[in-house]
Amino acid sequence: MRYLLVILGLLLAFPVSAGVFNPKTFTLDNGMEVVLIENNRVPVVRHMVWYKVGSADEPAGKSGIAHYFEHLMFKATKKLAAGEFSKIVAKNGGQDNAFTSYDYTAYYQTVAKDRLGLVMEMEADRMTNLSLTKEVIEPERQVILEERRQRTDNNPGAQLREQIDTVQYMNHPYRIPVIGWAHEIKALSLEDLNRFYKAWYAPNNAILIVEGDVSMAELKPLAEKHYGSIPRGPEMIRLRPTEPPAHADRRVIKRDQRVRQPSLQRTYLAPSYRTSTEDDKAPYALEILENIMGGAATSRLYTSLVIDQKLAVSAGMSYSPSRLDMSELTFWASPQAGVSMAVLEEALLKEISVLLEKGVSFDEVARAQKSLVNDAVFARDNLGTAAQVIGGAMAIGLSVDQIESWPDAIQAITVEDVNRALRTVLKDQKTVTGLLLGLEDK
Amino acid sequence: MRLLFLILGFLFSLPAHALAPVQEVKSSSGVTAWLIEDHTNPIVSLHFSFRGGAALDPVGKEGLARLASATMDEGAGKWDSQAFQSRLEALSITLRFEAGMDNFNGRVLTLRENMDAAMDMLKTALMHPRFDGEPVERMRSQILADLRQRQEDPATLGTLALYKSVLGFHPYGRGSKGTITGIQNVSREDLAHFVKTRLGKDNLVIGVSGDITAQALQKLLDETFGSLPDKAAAWQLPEASLTLNKKTQVISKPIPQSSIMMVQGGIDRHHEDFYPAYVLNYMLGGGGFASRLYEEVREKRGLVYSVYSYLVNYDKAALWLVGAGTQNARVKETLGVVREEWQKALESGFSAEEVADAKTYLTGSFPLRFKSSDRIASILAGMQRDRLPIDFLETRNQQVEAVSVEDVNRVAKSLLTPDKLKAVVVGQPEGLPF
Repeated sequence: MRYLLVILGLLLAFPVSAGVFNPKTFTLDNGMEVVLIENNRVPVVRHMVWYKVGSADEPAGKSGIAHYFEHLMFKATKKLAAGEFSKIVAKNGGQDNAFTSYDYTAYYQTVAKDRLGLVMEMEADRMTNLSLTKEVIEPERQVILEERRQRTDNNPGAQLREQIDTVQYMNHPYRIPVIGWAHEIKALSLEDLNRFYKAWYAPNNAILIVEGDVSMAELKPLAEKHYGSIPRGPEMIRLRPTEPPAHADRRVIKRDQRVRQPSLQRTYLAPSYRTSTEDDKAPYALEILENIMGGAATSRLYTSLVIDQKLAVSAGMSYSPSRLDMSELTFWASPQAGVSMAVLEEALLKEISVLLEKGVSFDEVARAQKSLVNDAVFARDNLGTAAQVIGGAMAIGLSVDQIESWPDAIQAITVEDVNRALRTVLKDQKTVTGLLLGLEDK
Repeated sequence: MRLLFLILGFLFSLPAHALAPVQEVKSSSGVTAWLIEDHTNPIVSLHFSFRGGAALDPVGKEGLARLASATMDEGAGKWDSQAFQSRLEALSITLRFEAGMDNFNGRVLTLRENMDAAMDMLKTALMHPRFDGEPVERMRSQILADLRQRQEDPATLGTLALYKSVLGFHPYGRGSKGTITGIQNVSREDLAHFVKTRLGKDNLVIGVSGDITAQALQKLLDETFGSLPDKAAAWQLPEASLTLNKKTQVISKPIPQSSIMMVQGGIDRHHEDFYPAYVLNYMLGGGGFASRLYEEVREKRGLVYSVYSYLVNYDKAALWLVGAGTQNARVKETLGVVREEWQKALESGFSAEEVADAKTYLTGSFPLRFKSSDRIASILAGMQRDRLPIDFLETRNQQVEAVSVEDVNRVAKSLLTPDKLKAVVVGQPEGLPF
């Protein structure tokens, strides 16, 4: 969720008193959290419901069930036939979709403001009234298997990424792809699906986010009417296995005749907003580090490996702190024609050791902070961004205050904070290196 | 994501009451821009296009416009590549060029406070690009890497093969991204010549939105674009004649899912039947979760994750494309269902209810496109590229409303040609070609 962070970074350009997105919130009696972000440019609203359940919450051996659900929520309820949900949204000039990650599943519609009640009614209906049958789940299972072929099996780079995750995480479910393993998807039963639905889909496990041309006075009665009447579900506990220490560096090599442009990546386990208990500044410091090393035209890795040494066509570093459990930091590069992977890897490792030894400079940190600040204004200009950022953050357990004070947290980071965080993450870790190669590449 | 959404938007609409009206802003040196003022946030977005794009690349130098787009912002005037890029980053300015098939495009997105600096940098990039050796070679190798990577992507391979078979030796037939040989052949002189001869005021259209007044914009237009040549060098692109047939071409690749692309003739953007055809495409395959192809191919049979159709309008060609992806064992079945739906639409047409639903979607979803200043500026430039009138945003929905079920079914009969629906399959489809 790199997207999330970059955007979160935006808000600094506003006067401190203005906050970041200035959301208004309340909680329904049944425990469902409600967030409103007003944006009055056009008479349109984005309506989202986020469930605090993702692929990492799946029972062992049932991978793909959270994502399967994302598809099934568009099937029949007691009131609507299968597929009717999207047809009604379209008939009303709206658009809808959904997505799943390790830590959450979200559903959204963008509609004219006078259709907000309509989409709420339908979304509330499918929170509890979904009625699944064999006839509905079987063709959709095939659709999901096609989705997996299209996204992963048809793409050698995606296959490599999937394999890297299986060795990066030895015990934690982040090792399993969000879409699931094909053989487990094929084995999921109607009972498995119904059990998962009853366990996780309930108002006390959901967050309602509305962004757009609507006021709290308009939203509150609508939310109370459509969602407030749904009874609370069972208490939900997200049981996540923890990760043991790694004792060996690992290499994952994917060789494929389809590969025309090789690439390499090196990953390190890193703290997230949620897991960084000893050093609560670390995630913010690493976001600044990402901006400095980054992928942009003037970032350190690009300047050194692409411009100065002419070894790579692209190079960068990525990191996202937006996870319920631990996260990772990834360095990546892709070689110039004629440059061997060994030479490129050595050059990348040298950059990392220089970073460890000398750290970052005051100027680099100040520049990164300013750049993150300015980005905020652009994020505010795009309808849907605030809903995405706030939903993603709340679904992993961050508070609205933590989101709103993100700019302050970034601004408070010093050079020492960045250097301490990067040394903790990069030093003496057992890393994973992934290589994507054609048959002839060395 | 539940569906990879691949529909190419090419029509825009908007409720007249939602945004400020479109203003035509003319500078004293004859540069015109369409503007929607919006002072909600302190930012400005400007999108522009010069007519004439990658289709004008000389034979043997396919990719010239693309390499120019990648290098014009890599050093200009007194700034070398790093200085130029550092300044953009320090001021949080986005400045980019991009080569399309029929147009050479660019955009600037900036905080209001940095507007003057942003436009000064744009002007310098347009008038005095440096094309220093290092950045040109760096961009060349990046584009070559991208072109190599595109050869790994089955859908890209399929589309290129389809274009080649339908458009033959017309420049459109080679796509807009360039070729490995073409990119290798482009010289620094070619780039300089490109900038000098192709970027003239007579070919320029501009769309602007954000925190700027017409008066302030007028002055900036003069300062930024005023010293461009009045006229670009003359060029002519021939009308494309399409070679269509029902043959299926197979490109063998070792992948588990075959990528299917199909094509037939489309319709000119200014044809009197354009709107009926537009509604027709929405109902057949353009409508995301609401189309007949989605219903028959994905919902009922679970054959694909994505299936879609879309109209493509180039200046000198109009196409109608269909895309799908399915496991190798079910390609034949998928092709069969698509062809059946095509035939059914031709023979039986659509019901009044389907047409009514399509029209409420197409008219009701219009304000959804106006999500940001950047999108609005892009839409304003696009309207001018497509030679649409300045009141288009107010009249477009009336044109959709005016489409009747009789229009749609008449156009379905004249436009749909299932006997000339050409297919290219990339993968290892079983039992094909037949």
